[in-house]
Order: sequence, then C-alpha cells, then structure tokens
Amino acid sequence: MDREIQELYKKSYELRIHAVKMVYHAKTGHAAPSLSMADLISALYFKILRVDPSEPRWKDRDRFVLSKGHACPIYYAALAKRGFFPEEDLMQYRALNSKLQGHPDMRKCPGVDMTTGSLGNGASASLGMALIGQKEKKDYYVYAICGDGELQEGIVWESALYAGNAHADHLIWFVDYNGLQSGGSVREIQNLEDLEEKFKSFGWDVQTIDGHNMEEILAAVETAKERKGTPSVILAKTTKGKGVSYMENQYLWHMKAPNEEQYTQAMKELSKEVERYA
Amino acid sequence: MGKALRDVYGESLLKYAKENKKVVALDADLANCSKTCMMGKELPERMFDVGIAENHMIAMGAGFASCGMIPFVNTFATLAASMCALSAKALIGYSGLNVRIMGANNGLSGGYDGATHHALDDMSVMRGIPGMLVMSPSDGVMTDWMVRTLAEDYEGPAYVGIPRNGYENLYEEGEDFEIGKAKQLTDGKDAAVFAYGLSVFRAKKAAEQLAAEGIHISVYDMFTLKPFDREAVLRAARETGAIVTVEEHSIVGGLGTAVLETLAEGGEQVSVRRLGIQDCYTHSGAYEDLVTEFGIGIASIADAVKELL
Repeated sequence: MDREIQELYKKSYELRIHAVKMVYHAKTGHAAPSLSMADLISALYFKILRVDPSEPRWKDRDRFVLSKGHACPIYYAALAKRGFFPEEDLMQYRALNSKLQGHPDMRKCPGVDMTTGSLGNGASASLGMALIGQKEKKDYYVYAICGDGELQEGIVWESALYAGNAHADHLIWFVDYNGLQSGGSVREIQNLEDLEEKFKSFGWDVQTIDGHNMEEILAAVETAKERKGTPSVILAKTTKGKGVSYMENQYLWHMKAPNEEQYTQAMKELSKEVERYA
Repeated sequence: MGKALRDVYGESLLKYAKENKKVVALDADLANCSKTCMMGKELPERMFDVGIAENHMIAMGAGFASCGMIPFVNTFATLAASMCALSAKALIGYSGLNVRIMGANNGLSGGYDGATHHALDDMSVMRGIPGMLVMSPSDGVMTDWMVRTLAEDYEGPAYVGIPRNGYENLYEEGEDFEIGKAKQLTDGKDAAVFAYGLSVFRAKKAAEQLAAEGIHISVYDMFTLKPFDREAVLRAARETGAIVTVEEHSIVGGLGTAVLETLAEGGEQVSVRRLGIQDCYTHSGAYEDLVTEFGIGIASIADAVKELL
C-alpha cells in the first residue's frame, strides 16, 4: 500500500480513538455518526484541504462545512490533529464554557468555517461560500459533509437546485451514506433512492464510492475538481460506527456514550487498526 | 399617501450598494415587491434570486456573510419571521453574522393579500434572537438612514420590517438617528404614545387632534425595538402617568410587550393601553380600512388617550 494512503488510514483510526474518547469522557455525544465519516475527514484534513492552521481565517483557504454538525467529535479531532488547537483540548468536548460545543460554533472553535447543528442549513451556507468564491474569481473549493438522513430536509434540495443552475463547480458535497439515522433505517423511515438520479436531475455530477476506501475518496475528489460547470456530490457508502464492532450498523449508537467496558473494547479494537497501518 | 417606503428602500439599497462593493442582495422571487429589482437591474452580478426558497435563501446569506459580504436578504416580513427564523436564530444570530434580513410588507401593509400575508409576529420572533438588531422605519428619511447604516459600518445581524406603503415624511433630510434611541416628535404631559412604523404618523395626527381639544401628549418613534430605549419609556411614565402603545403587530410579544416589561421592571405603575392586533387573525382589505377596523387608526389612538385620562 502506498505510504501516504497508509498514513491517511492510520490517521482516520487515530481520529476515531479521539472521537470515542471524547464521547466517553463527556458521557454524551455522537460516536457512531463520527466513525462513519472518519476516512472522509482524514482525507480532507490531511490531504485535500488547502488550509493554514496558523491563519484559520485566511481568505483564500478552502472551506469545509460539517452540515451534519452532530458528528463534530471526529471533526474536532481532525482540527486538533491538523494543528488548529492542542489535542489535549479535545477532552473539553461538551464541557461548560468549552470551544468544543455540542455542535460546531464558528465563533468559539478555531478552524470551524460555519456554525451548524440545524440539519440542512450547512448545505445552503456552503453554497453561499462557493458562490462568493465564484463571483470574486477565487480558486478555493468548498466542501461539505451531509448526513444521508439530513437529505430528508427540504432546504438541501432548495440549495441543490440553485447550485446546479448556478454551475457552482467549486462546491463538492459528500453524503455520508451510512444508511441509518437517529430513529432507524433511512430506507425504512424515508427512502432517498434513487439518490444518484435525484442529484443528476438537479444538474450535479454524481459519483458513488466506498467511503472507507482512501484511494476512492481521493480519486473522486480529483474527478470532481476536473468537472467544469457542475457542482459535485460524492455519495460515500459507509458503515455507521465503523471500527467499533458493537457500534457498527447499530442506529441506537447514533447518540450514546459507551460504558467503561465498552470503552475499553473500543480502544482495543481501534488501536489494533492504528498498529495495522503504522 | 406619500412615497412608498419600499420604493425608498429599493433606491437606497442600490445607492449604498454602489458605494460598498460588499453589499449584495438576495431575494426569493419577490424582487418587484421588495424593490430589490432596482439593484437587480443595475447591479445584476450582485443580485441573487433563489426562487421561492426562503429558508435556503437566508442560510445561503450566512455563507455569503462568512466570506466578508454584507447580504441584504429579502422576503415578506411574515415569511422572514417564520420560514427564515430557524437560520436567523441558529446560524446568523448565533454566529453574529452581518446578514440584514429585510421584511417586506410588514404589519398590515400586505392589505388585500389577507391574513397569510400580514406580518403580525415578526418583531416578536426577531426580538427573541440574542444580538439581533430589530428596527422598522416610520418614513422615507429614516428608511434611507437604516439602509445606509446597515450597508456601511454596522457590525452584527439585523432585521428590518419595511412597510409596503408610506405617508408624508416625518423627518427632514439629514435628520440624525441613533440606534436604540427613541425619537420624540411631540411634547405633552397628559399622556405618552409609543409607536413604530407607519403608526407613528397616525399617532402624530392624533396628537394634533387632541391638542386642538386641549390635551397634550408626547409621541415617541420607537424605530428600534431592540436594543430598546427603556429610558424613554420610564421617563415618559414619570412625566405623564399614562401610556398608549400602537403597533401594526400582535399585542403579544411586540412593542406593547416591551413597554410593559420595561415599566414593570422599572417599578413604574402607570395606566397603559396596548393598541394592536388583539391576538386574532386578520383578513383581506384596503390598508386604511384594516388599520381602522383593528383599532390602530388616528381616532382609536385619540380615544385610547382620552380613556386613560
């Protein structure tokens, strides 16, 4: 395996360890929704995004919007590991007066480009950022990660319609398509399929990938950047809770903190993966 | 009727957008009503029509503001206070973004469009958002000042309820206004009337009628509902002992509520009458007919003052 790819996988598991630790320590939070997007966020923050931790508000930076804001443990972990703030601060997640709020706060947390938490709103905000880039002839890209359940919000499709018509080709969305939402299976609660066709009909370029395959993630972003005149969406098929056996594909782990025994097991399983990619 | 305030708004927006390149306008298919069409015609590259998608529009405005722009986001005031309220609260207010939410056809000025288009809760909703500047102009001079202030140097989120129509101007060109400071239009010690928007003009007319009968009242233009000029209210209470509030808004949560909160906390026990929509739905009609029917016309204001004396 390519050394760089191996390193990105290793990072994704280190981020997972942080995320589970944060939720365990806070005794509250969203562990499983963080784990499914660990590979995406690792690829973004350690390979794709043009950002400068010493200048978080740098005007020409790429933007990232975590539209599924509840999955912020893994986002905070990536920001810390990338150098926006010290890793030891991660244990302040959900604590009183912390910069690491229950959902991301752009005024409190360095590196957060948009406050999110109300599902769907981040999608529109990311489009706004891309349109200003387009208007000002900037070359930055705007990335967003949406949850699959989040796509049930009407506002997502209002912004998708606009983005297609505006040919916003510096806008790249990922859908963390883990198939589960807070109350159960996305397919059973409100099916999104045929999602590829839906986005295509809104004027988007669509790619479907394995969201846990680093080569596929990086290649999809390269392809998205080559496409001119259309926004891009990357449907990343993922596993909710990926990396912690008892959380995998269990919607009840959407928001739940592990007990001590479960925590120990999670650390064991995730550390083993870190070693595997070391 | 004088010049419609929506026309003043459209002209001022274009004027100040020409002076500040950061100003952009968003509309949701109502540019001909909100009058952002004037900006759309001359500065099309800075005008974004999202179609009929108000919720999306305001969240997109948050994205614009995060990139250093000053977006004026336009829709009916009633939609601004409902469909846009989530983003106004969770994105814009919370993050202190420089988004200007411009509510067209506020109060009863939607007239014939009826209850679905009357905005009778916008001040209540917006007043509840921490950090939100909440204003509504009473005439053309003030409308222009508000647009200039928001297009130039004001930092933070703002909501403005703009009447569709307008009376003759109350202020001279170049009049100076200060955010959070009420404007006193008449001086009298028998009672004080607090109003905003087009109700200020009617309150002033009522004051003139009452003066002819030997009753002298102070009329205050409360164009800023947040931050609220508590001092003006407490001072008027001490000076007159009788207060009438007038609003083209539900009596729940708006100006009347703010005045009562101020009086109660300030320890002033005075007689108060709240004129406004009495917690009921409205219906279609000519603007002036509705104003009369719902008890916020000139005669109703004068009668309310007399009842308190």
